[in-house]
Amino acid sequence: MLPIIFVLPLLQLVILSNAATFDIKNIKFSYVDHDKTSFSRALIEKFDASTYFNVINQFSSKKEADAAMAKGEVDVILEIPRYFERDLLKQNKTVISVAINAIDGAAAGVENVYINQIVQDFNKNAKVALSQPSDLINAPKDIMAIPSFWYNKTLNYKTFMVPGILVLLVTMITLFLSGMNIVREKEIGTLEQMNVTPIKKYQFIIGKLFPFWIIGFGLLTIGLIISKVIFNTPMVGSLGLIYFYTAIYLLVVLGMGLFISNFTDTQQQAMFIAWFFIVIFILMSGLFTPIESMPKWAQILTEFNPIKYFVEVMRMVMLKGSSLIDILPLLIKTTVYALIMNGLAVWSYKKTS
Amino acid sequence: MSISVKNISKSFKKVTAVNDVSFEVKEGELFGLIGPDGAGKTTIFRMLTTLLIPENGSATVAGFDVVDDYKEIRNNVGYMPGKFSLYQDLTVEENLDFFATIFGTTIEENYELIKDIYVQIEPFKKRRAGKLSGGMKQKLALSCALIHKPKVLFLDEPTTGVDPVSRKEFWEMLKRLQQKGITILVSTPYMDEAALCDRIALIQDGKILQIDTPQEIIKHYPKKIYDVRADNMYRLIESLKSFEHHYSVYPFGEFVHYTDKRDDFNPQELQLYLEAKDHQNIKIEITTTTIEDTFMELAK
Repeated sequence: MLPIIFVLPLLQLVILSNAATFDIKNIKFSYVDHDKTSFSRALIEKFDASTYFNVINQFSSKKEADAAMAKGEVDVILEIPRYFERDLLKQNKTVISVAINAIDGAAAGVENVYINQIVQDFNKNAKVALSQPSDLINAPKDIMAIPSFWYNKTLNYKTFMVPGILVLLVTMITLFLSGMNIVREKEIGTLEQMNVTPIKKYQFIIGKLFPFWIIGFGLLTIGLIISKVIFNTPMVGSLGLIYFYTAIYLLVVLGMGLFISNFTDTQQQAMFIAWFFIVIFILMSGLFTPIESMPKWAQILTEFNPIKYFVEVMRMVMLKGSSLIDILPLLIKTTVYALIMNGLAVWSYKKTS
Repeated sequence: MSISVKNISKSFKKVTAVNDVSFEVKEGELFGLIGPDGAGKTTIFRMLTTLLIPENGSATVAGFDVVDDYKEIRNNVGYMPGKFSLYQDLTVEENLDFFATIFGTTIEENYELIKDIYVQIEPFKKRRAGKLSGGMKQKLALSCALIHKPKVLFLDEPTTGVDPVSRKEFWEMLKRLQQKGITILVSTPYMDEAALCDRIALIQDGKILQIDTPQEIIKHYPKKIYDVRADNMYRLIESLKSFEHHYSVYPFGEFVHYTDKRDDFNPQELQLYLEAKDHQNIKIEITTTTIEDTFMELAK
């Protein structure tokens, strides 16, 4: 059992961190060039040079291209009209059409941004090539914003995802194990045997939960090593602070697991309830979708999501180097949560029915 | 009195599992609760071992009230549930050590008490409890229940699912424990084991039918019982049931136990009746009453 507990989640960490990417790459790009001039070729070359687009095919008509899109062979069709170069030179203005496969709406949005960037870039260069020196004086000045991405300069999604996924795995494993544990004793009857012994409630509960507390630390440690070695995730803040927070956080999860097992009679029931909570916690943790864009009521609900706090703390400490003072509000909330959860768990565990 | 039960009742939703039960067990006595499955034996055990709270009535174990002094009871009783409930992934030795530690004692301290039983499983002490045979599991469970030298021992159907040889051995062990001054309350659905107890309570549907020594219970049986035998068992029962003077007819091993309504019953008469009914190899003999017969009579 112990190898399974450690190996599977860490495999998940490696696989998910590589796969759960928000980057859109290898977009299947095709074009219909009615113009066939140096300008139109320059535009297409720009797409070809980009790492995001793979130029798959060139079609002679829009009809053919549409058919290919219907078959799923291409994601983007760029149509360059006849007289593209002439219009641009004479009227300083032309229109190109872009068709994007939007079955995956989020991906289509991102693709649109990429295409716009490339076209704009092309536009600027074209302007410079076309303008006369005298025009430049009267030309409106372009205002350009140069973004600077703090705490994750290269917008490396792995830097952002790895701490989050690590949190999920630590939470999942400890919640499932602790939730099933006491129920298992109910199922095999050892709980009844324990209940007629003079053992105290708190002794029994500590004895049951302590191993999972240790396992949680073990998982965190190996996960942090993997994220450093394989993903080279930065570790700006204090490692000790992360462990300190985790110590309290695990109490929340273990208390929750114990609470679940007090209200269930079989491992199946416990597993079902644990899954119910874990799925909500994961999807509402802010890891995959930002909490700010959720409806108001959902945002209030996330206040009860321990994973949200842990994800936030991990990112704050690892990427931003936050200190104890910075995470104090989160730490206090987590501590209160731990006290309430364990209080409920001990209260609901009864030796006599 | 080691165990004293006064008018206790317990029901689960609509089912009354134990209904107004009272009995007393003397110190050092081997007392049996005898009854079929679902009679309420386990519920009585669970109330006496503080796992369930009785609805009505009161009970004391080793002088402690089961509700008010439950903590004391947990220190002073050993309980062996009907279902094997030790840690299957711990070894024999680890289980014993674990339970000794929980009760704040050590194996060495009370080794004398469990020695007889433990030596039989000691060769397998490094084996996991889950991998033991039924008889050995039961010996381990008994060792664990005894490791803290309890004053009262509760054994809920300890011999169910155990082979006849191990069953016999087990009862011999109980007799030896009794000599060491431990009060034992044991339940069993096997009527033949009832005769081995000092006193028994016959119980059915949550009610006690009779409490006495096994000998007295048999003695009080009002009728003479005849073993009847013939080739076709099923037809024999049918024929006997249609005999106008029959009082009770039920199968008992390879025989049918028959009693007659009349005191001056002559077996010859039954012989003729059965012959007339075309039965072969008829054999009718008077037999000794067993507890099972008494139980069947009381449970009618």
